[in-house]
Amino acid sequence: MAAANLTPVTPGVFTRLIRLMPVVTLGLLTLPVVAGLAGIIAPALGWLPALGGESLSLAPWQALGQTPGLGKMISLSLTSGLISAALSLAIVLLFIAAFMETAVFRLVRGLLSPLLAVPHSAAAIGVAFLLAPSGLASRLLSPWASGWAQPPDYLFPGDPFGLALISGLVLKETPFLLLMCLAALPQCQASQRLKVARSMGYSPASAFTKAVLPGLYPLIRLPVYAVIAFASANVDVAIILGPSTPPTLPVAVMRWQTDPDLSLRFLASAGALLQLGVTAAALIIWWLIEQLLASLLTCWRINGKRHQAEQLSRWLGGSLIAALIFLLSAALIGLAMWSVATWWPFPAAWPSPVSLGTWQQATTTLGEPFRHTLSIGFAATALAMVLVIGCLEAETLRTRALSSSAITIIYLPLLIPPVAFLYGLTQWQVQFGLSAGWLAVVLGHTLFVLPYVFLSLSESYRRLDPRWSQLGAALGAKPSRVFWQIKLPLMAAPIGVAAAVGFAVSVGQYLPTILLGAGRLATLTTDAVALSSGGDRRLTAVYALTQLTLPALGFALALGLPRLLRQRRSPRHKKHRPLSA
Amino acid sequence: MFDPPTPDALILEQISIHQAERCLIALNTRIEPGEILTIMGPSGVGKSTLLAFLAGFLASTFSASGQVWLGNSEISALPAERRRLGLLFQDPLLFPHLSVGGNLAFGIPHGGSKRQRHAKAEQALADIGLTGFANRNPETLSGGQRARVALMRVLLAEPRAMLLDEPFSRLDAALREEIRQLVFKRARDKGLPTLLVTHDQADAKAAGGPVIELTTHKNAAGSDPCGV
Repeated sequence: MAAANLTPVTPGVFTRLIRLMPVVTLGLLTLPVVAGLAGIIAPALGWLPALGGESLSLAPWQALGQTPGLGKMISLSLTSGLISAALSLAIVLLFIAAFMETAVFRLVRGLLSPLLAVPHSAAAIGVAFLLAPSGLASRLLSPWASGWAQPPDYLFPGDPFGLALISGLVLKETPFLLLMCLAALPQCQASQRLKVARSMGYSPASAFTKAVLPGLYPLIRLPVYAVIAFASANVDVAIILGPSTPPTLPVAVMRWQTDPDLSLRFLASAGALLQLGVTAAALIIWWLIEQLLASLLTCWRINGKRHQAEQLSRWLGGSLIAALIFLLSAALIGLAMWSVATWWPFPAAWPSPVSLGTWQQATTTLGEPFRHTLSIGFAATALAMVLVIGCLEAETLRTRALSSSAITIIYLPLLIPPVAFLYGLTQWQVQFGLSAGWLAVVLGHTLFVLPYVFLSLSESYRRLDPRWSQLGAALGAKPSRVFWQIKLPLMAAPIGVAAAVGFAVSVGQYLPTILLGAGRLATLTTDAVALSSGGDRRLTAVYALTQLTLPALGFALALGLPRLLRQRRSPRHKKHRPLSA
Repeated sequence: MFDPPTPDALILEQISIHQAERCLIALNTRIEPGEILTIMGPSGVGKSTLLAFLAGFLASTFSASGQVWLGNSEISALPAERRRLGLLFQDPLLFPHLSVGGNLAFGIPHGGSKRQRHAKAEQALADIGLTGFANRNPETLSGGQRARVALMRVLLAEPRAMLLDEPFSRLDAALREEIRQLVFKRARDKGLPTLLVTHDQADAKAAGGPVIELTTHKNAAGSDPCGV
């Protein structure tokens, strides 16, 4: 017996499979991004045999350089990306500085978490309808306060400075950054740091900026970079809220990419590479500012000043977050009102009569995009869940966390402009005659779903008490049994939430569906974005609402199901439980 | 810069702390300048809750009544940062983003030139035998060195009383004695009223002041600390 125990145990199928997971996952994320970028380089230099480009030339770049308004496009992407990221981060940090560890903090956290599930395009449509000249906001102010009998003459959305675009981005990125900070605060011992500083006489906001922020920022740096990359390169929010003559660079590039005139593909590839450069420039500018601030602030942190702009930060942090929650909620309420409106002349604040006519009319066309959205969302989420749980389980088998470079790779699809690498992938599709469609779209969505699922699940998976597995193993259970019968049930709640996050991300995807589905696969999001540029607010509102209902249902299920199961299980135990007051 | 504060007594007047109707602690006592009052009790009895209340960090799940005075000024209604109670935690909690000298400078009240502040931090390091450590990263320090720096950081902030939350419990036996003596000596030299919570008899003995023993509710069957 003793001798048998000493022979090395060959790992079982389960263990070997799990050990493969990180490699498979990292490969699945790197390969498409690298191949996609490679796929635009050759066409950008004029080489794409499938379309007759068989010699290298700089013609695509000359064409790009002659595009009217190119400079404006570039500066729009750059400024909207950097300004919206800076504003979102500033709002989040001001708010945490003023309200960390207070009741307001918990309240806002509860209010903002569900808003995170609202897809970007639905939020953007809501904002457009709220703040447009004939939107809900100006109706509520007219004519009694503004004196407007006709919709006023200002350009929103689509103002030439990109202010509408920036406001839409800030509304969606602030909840994301706030939740990232909330996850990171305990990791940097924020509570203790704050207490140390306050017990030495530092007021809350000074204590936060001098003692907590230096530990917090490194932990949220990657999410911040992801926000900058997204904001400088996004397509759907920019189509809905951004200016149109000229549009932002990524929107222009996407139009070239999907233009029926195939000769524009060379120009599109050059544009995609340029976008890569613009996003890289945005990130580099941010990084430089980071370095500058870091060296400037070192002395400031130890100058002993204990009360700085306390009132201002409290006032700003509180009112900005309140305004944000108010705007997002008002946007959603406005959507609901438009969806049941029939006749709603300006400046009436309330549509009358209301009817479900638009909803009934939409049911005939909603069916197909609804089914596509569901099936793609389920498939991409399932795939991402298997890979992420596999990676995290591999971490516990190896008893060490993924390296920081592996984490960066997991973020890669969020840092590289999709308009660049996704388009490169379609070039390979064309070159090798691969079919565009459902499977390609699912794989494309998985690239974006996976990082968010990982973000959502990793902390709780790593924090699971290792003694549960050790106990299982000590009772003679093999790793596979420990995994299926101990870990998964214990992790059911966070796994459910991570799946809901993944599903919400998939539902909100626009560009991968358009590019990898070759424009033939309609989802609720692609339809909603397409409708938003038309004139039918009622139908657009119905699509946007349906689009945001799906992720909301996902979250309701993820949060409600475990509670329901507990309730069903508890009556059997009731007899054995001691009565408690 | 502040004048060196004249030592005042720390007065805990009719303090009681409740958690959901259940009374955790009731206390009515006075700590003279330079005196060290020890509060003893097993873990879970609410010693740290008492310190959190005094320092101004009581979690909202607790409710407390009573007043805390420093001499003639009532401090229990003040926010934590205006109470000027030097709090020493179980862990040294040196900020990893600052050097050893930076951690000390963080404690020094605002004012004076950069060079004066620097000199003050250097002097503090010399006082605890760590001359030349100013530019070191706190992570390169030993446990005992970190504990000493944490103490100096608190003292440089010119507190008017000291609250010690089992600051010796994580140190090994040989170091514990040394750090204990250092902390007590510094607090006495400055004439600070000091409150120490601990579960270690040796701490109480070394403090040499009055001792209050807290017991858990279950142990003291039927007795309600708030009813006394």
